[in-house]
Amino acid sequence: MKRHLLSAADLSRDDAELVLATADEMRSLADRPIKKLPALRGRTVVNLFFEDSTRTRISFEAAAKRLSADVINFSAKGSSLSKGESLKDTALTLEAMGADAVVVRHGASGAPHLLAHSGWVRSSVVNAGDGTHEHPTQALLDAFTMWKHLGESKPGGLEGRRIAIVGDVLHSRVARSNALLLRTLGAEVTLVAPPTLLPVGIEGWPVETSYDLDGVLPKADAVMMLRVQRERMHGGFFPTAREYSRRYGLDGKRMAMLQDHTIVMHPGPMVRGMEITADVADSDRSVIVEQVTNGVAVRMAVLYLLLGGSEPAVGGEE
Amino acid sequence: MPAHPYEESVPLSRVVLDAGDITRALTRISHEILERNKGADDLVLLGIPSRGVPLARRIAERIASVEGHDVPVGSLDITMYRDDLRLKPARALLPTEIPPGGIDGKVVVLVDDVLFSGRTIRAALDALGDIGRPTAVRLAVLVDRGHRELPIRADFVGKNLPTSLVERVKVRLLGVDDVDAVTIEGFGPQEGAR
Repeated sequence: MKRHLLSAADLSRDDAELVLATADEMRSLADRPIKKLPALRGRTVVNLFFEDSTRTRISFEAAAKRLSADVINFSAKGSSLSKGESLKDTALTLEAMGADAVVVRHGASGAPHLLAHSGWVRSSVVNAGDGTHEHPTQALLDAFTMWKHLGESKPGGLEGRRIAIVGDVLHSRVARSNALLLRTLGAEVTLVAPPTLLPVGIEGWPVETSYDLDGVLPKADAVMMLRVQRERMHGGFFPTAREYSRRYGLDGKRMAMLQDHTIVMHPGPMVRGMEITADVADSDRSVIVEQVTNGVAVRMAVLYLLLGGSEPAVGGEE
Repeated sequence: MPAHPYEESVPLSRVVLDAGDITRALTRISHEILERNKGADDLVLLGIPSRGVPLARRIAERIASVEGHDVPVGSLDITMYRDDLRLKPARALLPTEIPPGGIDGKVVVLVDDVLFSGRTIRAALDALGDIGRPTAVRLAVLVDRGHRELPIRADFVGKNLPTSLVERVKVRLLGVDDVDAVTIEGFGPQEGAR
């Protein structure tokens, strides 16, 4: 049996809490002189990136290397993909090279799903972001960061916590994965966005929605700001950037409305001055840099739990 | 038809160490560690989770009461260093806590509940190598049940317990379990011959 991590919904509550607890142990590795564990020695992890990424690719690469796996990086630029090779032929090449896990980022929603269920590869598939669909390891590292700050690192620590996710939900794979995972972990999620930036069918998500940021902020335990993804926008979703910032941006004045313990998060890349001002991003409440650090630990946990044993401990079945 | 004549019988269980025996064994081990080390200087006790950890803590308490000052105590998870990692589903990790002073130049005493094949200790030695370089590594176990598969032996033993391979040695400790006891479970020939 072989399993994948394609969606945050693949994880049960026990699975998700196992990932968090494992990541907590992995994080302590960063304080050791030798930042290496032997768990994935002799396994090959391929990073297959069809879309640009800094954080996620480096994070997966560091995670795999710290677990002693061999890492092959494969990006669309500078490979046969730019010559017109299909996903299928690329996958068959990877299979021929004997990849144990394929970490895939693709601009098309559902590409990792296709890769996992096509029969082209026998390896585990980890979704590292597909189109506007999902980004489960980002959700896990966000949940981990909240769990460390708000949940006392205990099972069930996020039960009843209120999380506001603000901004371009429509184009955000991070928002969807976070909404699903945080619900699984018992948190209450409110999505805040202008009506034009909430997706169709949002009623079916396990979340509240609001158009009024100022009404939501005082109750939130964590506020996650999303980048406005202009590269995916073709049309007028809001009148001007300034008006968007004024209604949905997090500035010093809005930050003053937050409770004392509330943390401010951002999955990156940030556009300072648009959805978040520099003074907020650099404030004591901001855990944005910590999110990146935690990303390595969480991805180590995911790779270990998928590849470390004879069969995966977490994830959806094929 | 049962393959083994005792297979359908109820598992037999007998207590080989009770709470008092365990306390006395740990006190003796603590004194032996101090004697061997000529005091508590540079000692670091590392318990192997799960039940090595409370044992290490108890030994540390006794050493502290004899010497008058605390000795560093921590835990060392060996999950990712196991040689059978690939043979079973991925396991949950257990806590590793290295005391703030580290282990470089220290005498590390590994503490575990049962010494059996020796493979856990082999994994622990590998794990230690990634954390630092102690001047010496010693091994303290509550029970040595024999059947070694690697050239490893314990320096400090609570009780040598000859067992057959079909028997199971079960250690229960206050803090993790509701009682202090070491029991042998199984259908051992000595039970049948009795």
